[in-house]
Amino acid sequence: MKNSVFFGAMAFAGLAAGAASAGTLDDVKARGELNCGVATGLVGFAAPNAEGEWEGFDVSICRAVAAAVLGDATKVQFVPTTGKTRFTALASGEIDMLARNTTWTFSRDVDLKFDFIGVNYYDGQGFMVPKELGVSSAKELDGATVCVQTGTTTELNLADFFRINGISYEPVPVETNAESQQQYAAGTCDVLTTDASGLAASRTVFADPTAHVILPEIISKEPLGPLVRHGDNEWGDVVRWTLNALVAAEELGVTSANAEEMAAGTSNPEINRLLGSDGSLGAMLGVSDDWAKNAILAVGNYGEVFEANIGEETQIGLSRGLNAQWTDGGLMYSPPFR
Amino acid sequence: MSDQSTNSIAFVASGDIPQSPPPALEAGAVKWMRENLFSSIPNSILTLVALALIYKIGMNTIPWIANGVWNTKSLAECRDVLDGTVAGCFSVLTERWNQLLYGFKYPSDQYWRPNLALVLMLFAAAPVLFFDLPRKLLTFTAVYPFLAFWLIWGGPVITPIVALLGCAAAAWVFNKYGKANFALGFFGGIVAALIVWKITGFAIPESTDGTWLQAVASRDLGGFMLNLMLGVTCVSLSVPLGIALALGRQSSMPLIKGICVVFIEFIRGVPLITLLFVASVMLSYFFPPDATVDLFLRVVIMITMFSAAYIAEVIRGGLAALPKGQYEAADSLGLDYAQAMRLIILPQALKISIPGIVNVAVGLFKDTTLVSVISMFDLVGMIRGPILAATEWNGVYWELLGFAAVLFFIVCYGISQYSQWLERRLATDHR
Amino acid sequence: MTIMTDPPNSGFRLSQLFSDTRYRSMTFQVIAFIALLLMFAYLGNNLINNLRAAGLNISYSFLGERAGYDLNQSLVPYDSESTHARAAIAGLLNTLLVAILSCVSATILGVTAGVLRLSNNWLVSKLMAVYVEIFRNIPVLIWLIIISTIVASSMPLPRAFRGEDATASMIFDAVAFTNRGVYIPKPLLEHGIFASASANWLLVLVVLGVSLFASTRVGRWANAQQEATGDRPQTLWINLGIFVVPFAVLMLIMGLTWDYPYLKGFNFTGGTQIGRPLIALWFALSIYTGAFIAENVRAGIQAVSKGQSEAAAALGLRQGRVMKLVILPQALRIIVPPLISQFLNITKNSSLAIAVGYADITATLGGITLNQTGRAIECVLLLMLFYLTASLMISGAMNLYNASIKLKER
Repeated sequence: MKNSVFFGAMAFAGLAAGAASAGTLDDVKARGELNCGVATGLVGFAAPNAEGEWEGFDVSICRAVAAAVLGDATKVQFVPTTGKTRFTALASGEIDMLARNTTWTFSRDVDLKFDFIGVNYYDGQGFMVPKELGVSSAKELDGATVCVQTGTTTELNLADFFRINGISYEPVPVETNAESQQQYAAGTCDVLTTDASGLAASRTVFADPTAHVILPEIISKEPLGPLVRHGDNEWGDVVRWTLNALVAAEELGVTSANAEEMAAGTSNPEINRLLGSDGSLGAMLGVSDDWAKNAILAVGNYGEVFEANIGEETQIGLSRGLNAQWTDGGLMYSPPFR
Repeated sequence: MSDQSTNSIAFVASGDIPQSPPPALEAGAVKWMRENLFSSIPNSILTLVALALIYKIGMNTIPWIANGVWNTKSLAECRDVLDGTVAGCFSVLTERWNQLLYGFKYPSDQYWRPNLALVLMLFAAAPVLFFDLPRKLLTFTAVYPFLAFWLIWGGPVITPIVALLGCAAAAWVFNKYGKANFALGFFGGIVAALIVWKITGFAIPESTDGTWLQAVASRDLGGFMLNLMLGVTCVSLSVPLGIALALGRQSSMPLIKGICVVFIEFIRGVPLITLLFVASVMLSYFFPPDATVDLFLRVVIMITMFSAAYIAEVIRGGLAALPKGQYEAADSLGLDYAQAMRLIILPQALKISIPGIVNVAVGLFKDTTLVSVISMFDLVGMIRGPILAATEWNGVYWELLGFAAVLFFIVCYGISQYSQWLERRLATDHR
Repeated sequence: MTIMTDPPNSGFRLSQLFSDTRYRSMTFQVIAFIALLLMFAYLGNNLINNLRAAGLNISYSFLGERAGYDLNQSLVPYDSESTHARAAIAGLLNTLLVAILSCVSATILGVTAGVLRLSNNWLVSKLMAVYVEIFRNIPVLIWLIIISTIVASSMPLPRAFRGEDATASMIFDAVAFTNRGVYIPKPLLEHGIFASASANWLLVLVVLGVSLFASTRVGRWANAQQEATGDRPQTLWINLGIFVVPFAVLMLIMGLTWDYPYLKGFNFTGGTQIGRPLIALWFALSIYTGAFIAENVRAGIQAVSKGQSEAAAALGLRQGRVMKLVILPQALRIIVPPLISQFLNITKNSSLAIAVGYADITATLGGITLNQTGRAIECVLLLMLFYLTASLMISGAMNLYNASIKLKER
């Protein structure tokens, strides 16, 4: 009785989001919309543009999953999360997946009960300092004031790095990336530390980007990837293979421009399986057979996503580096679609 | 008589001596200054210090505002235009005006909806705030929440109508039975509302497509609109809850009293920010596993509980200020508890507490900015998040913070002026 | 006319539970109790189900684990090897520190502004009115950010102190104002009596306490003399001696030296650093709450009847002494209760510390620890428990004080 009373009130308020229990995949289909957790504002990865549309590298992953599951890349509800709220939002079911440059660590995977479904960006923590300080190595940072985002692995790596090297520092904890940029720009800290990709993104927003240098040391491994709740393997598979499809598409030469044409059938059976013209991989996954084609049409393959959002042509200007295909000496390696 | 005296005295004034002008030190601006600014040496020093302070602040801010740039597309462009002169780049306000007011996700062709809701709110609030207006206007006030809900969230028009029908049924039942037996009317009203919702609930369509007003998710609300909505919703919800808590705290039933005291003291003992943490990271664990309750709703629940505890304390003050004779008089008339409260005690106690309630409301409205800490994009959240993170506007603080400060000042100062007016007005009744 | 008596005993009917005043309150309480139990059971059941579904549990063992992060200010020894519990304690002490500092300065500021607002100097009273209105009507979060930005941008960078053409310089070569904070010399005891520094400082505190006790005894003796003879003996020199002599002797024995801050690398080292976050939070809370206290003080002063100040003036007291001897003591009784709630507000508002990067308990336990361990429920519960305890203790202490200055009615 109490239950139904409560729900009567909730449902009538029209604010209770869709409810179901079977699995996240069914929930998303029933809702017709994917709830995807992203950062509150990191240019190139996830940030609303002047029109209020979310765009960026992580955002594209969300859109690809939405395209794969629902056939429409616009059916995504982006939920901005901070370092504090991101895990609870995922654990409590407020979001279906989290694509918020989150580092894959043992304790997050095991203790916090999440499943990292892969890596979409291999990153490492770096330091940025104003050029006029004349610092050339992170080991020279003894006594520096360092702006660091709280609740991240960055904060722990920072403590370890300075401890190992026997030098001291003073942390300035900030909540968001935007804030750490402001603090750094205002000179309240000498050093800005975060993932190297984030540093490159931050550098572009300063009045004079050339006045800041990113130090050569990369002090940690930061494999960033989307994650889902532990225990919902069907949903985990959908997200994992959507990401793999983007990576495989680049390897196989499928792009958003030629995917439609290739979907008609090619001489390469793996492309055919990927795009759904041969076999029924989609049905095994519980989505339509043209799921991968939809995802690629919506955002492009991994390489296209990279170049469009954070690649060398953009103002962020990151090179592929570790994130190149394995055939080019990088770490991007999709298991076969078979 | 008079003739004799005129003759016997050599000189007598035939008229008043013409008034001489007051000494220069005792007239006009000089006198005012001497009395109000330079009456003693310490006073003079204070005046000079104050003048120096005003001069310094004025010299810094006036050119900054007067030379401000209002129409550039980015900070870099604005700095080019200024070319080294120190002045504000107010173009961030013009360029991001809609984002500051409505957040970045509210559909831009629908801005008229919150605007209309705001205007209607002024009409709905008027009969509550100004007692002289005809009481009939309260009907509109009662309908307003449903109208505003529909205007802001959109979606099928049937949803608010169903809600309204349920509430109307509850009100009808309460009016019919509540006069005789409060408990019967109260619980009967709740049951009636539930029955109506149950029956009519099926009429609410599942999908929100193709409705007359485009549905907007509450996640898409933002900017100053979000502050206003949180403030208004939570204050209006917390007044009845606060009354109930205050009455509960005065109750002679130890258990009821205990529950109310613990609740009030607990809420008042913790900062709002921890309650917002509860809303953002804890509350979802307390709802049934198969439902996710919107963050907006969770925040409304927590802020309502927060302000209800404070309002309860204000009303308790009002209840305590009533002379004991009022309670005794009500008893001697044979009124039961509910009647005594409704007809005698509460009207007077609430009247005394209104200025206090308004103060709580102002404080609460200011505290709605804290939701930016849990990644909701209210006015402060918009400024600290998307706008300052954008490449074009990285580094603009004063203009944005100043704007936020001015906006809050206007609203809060307005409300506190109303509260003072009300205090004066209510005070006349006691003389 | 019949006298009302109890209704005839005609057996118990069920409707009496609601209509009979003898049973009604019991009925309501039982219903409320059951409803309360049901609600807790419902919420607890949901919690258990949700946690089980997510594979989580409630455990406080994370408090004993290595925290792994550093803090920029700690009153207890702390580094990244310490436990989460120690980080929480460091945050707790930081909260108390900023709350106590702000309470003191907000009271001073508030009383000054409140008195000045009633001053007969038109300009000053208007200025104070503007101060009060501006700070009361703008959210504290916005003030925090604004004041933090002012502190950060109005003071020079440490590197401005360097080189030939330094644009900033230290005051007396001892105090440096930078945008990272204020550096002041730190007193050091060269050859202390005890091995540990804190024991030595404790000794200094004990000596000062003894001096204070002695001086109150002197004061009492002087009062007794005054009442007996009408002449008040001169106690200033005695008091000065009581305080200065033992202190100076102790310092001489223990060898007081000063550790001056100096520029090294990126920042100043040596001396004591009062960090920018602390300064920003302290100033913001003091100025913001000062405006509220000013209003309370003004209301308190105005509530003292005008006859009191007229009577005091008729006795020939000067204006300052009228305020000090007649008005303020009476106004205090009205001011203290709202002052208590302002102190509580300061403590609670200090939880916004993370907005300026100050490591208070909300930033450590409720922020970094929560983020790193993911133990949201446990951290938030502990956090609420702390604030609740602090609030109850502050209001308890202040209520005792309030009771002691209350008008004694006999």
